[in-house]
Amino acid sequence: MTAVVNVFLKEGVLDPQGKASHHALDSLGFEGVSDVRIGKQIIIKLDTENKAEAEAEVKEMCETLLANTVIEDYTIEIN
Amino acid sequence: MKVAVLRFPGTNCEFDTQYAFEKLGHTTELVWHEKESLPANIDLVVVPGGFSYGDYLRSGSIARFSPVMKAVQTYANEGGKVLGICNGFQILTEAGLLPGALKRNNDLHFISKHQNLCVINNDNAFLNQCSKGEILNIPIAHADGNYYIDEEGFKDIEANGQILLRYSDEKGNPVVVNGSVTSIAGVCNKAKNVFGLMPHPERALEALLGSADGVRMLKGFEA
Repeated sequence: MTAVVNVFLKEGVLDPQGKASHHALDSLGFEGVSDVRIGKQIIIKLDTENKAEAEAEVKEMCETLLANTVIEDYTIEIN
Repeated sequence: MKVAVLRFPGTNCEFDTQYAFEKLGHTTELVWHEKESLPANIDLVVVPGGFSYGDYLRSGSIARFSPVMKAVQTYANEGGKVLGICNGFQILTEAGLLPGALKRNNDLHFISKHQNLCVINNDNAFLNQCSKGEILNIPIAHADGNYYIDEEGFKDIEANGQILLRYSDEKGNPVVVNGSVTSIAGVCNKAKNVFGLMPHPERALEALLGSADGVRMLKGFEA
């Protein structure tokens, strides 16, 4: 199975890269952009075919290493 | 005093750190990250600056799982003194030995310059040779030094006297350098035996080279 993990800074934690990119989009004339947030996507290939098992394992990976939950939130999608 | 200086792949301030403590008359020993224990009879562990594991994923996030960091956790939990400088500060926050986290600088720049710091609390094993409100001139060199802590956590560290240093002007007024919460440049844990700061005291040992204020900071551990 494949797990797609998205890690983003928490709401309320200023995202300097998102802010700079938002500013650049404004400068380039793209109108109507109200917010830009930049995170990272981590794609993990797993041996298991059990979705629940995969999800539990990836959650533990996120809590231990992949996200710093002091400043970041994450989402997990299992395919 | 005997000082253990940790070394990870990508660490680059280990020799400066050794030089600083040896100049002050102490013995030092480099400890490779794969070691599962610390040298015997040490008085201090320093996690020096650099770019451990290339800052991959997040600064400090991979180094914190090195075998030697388990020994550092135990050492710190038993009351041993630990100092993290720059990348060392990032490693100690990732390891949960210090509160908060270090984010990318607000302006996204790598900032490298001499910076004034104001001493906020000196009732600890690190800054006891400095006075409260004293201004120290110490180099900074980092891209991820933007200290973040949530409101509740901030109240705790402020009330417990865990804020060590703030970026300031020459009069001690806080200045925005990298976006840190209330301009925080260094903190300690609640038990006041684990210390972390982004500035580099080991690079401020000679007035001729810009500042000798780092001497007073590092000497604190002798007390």
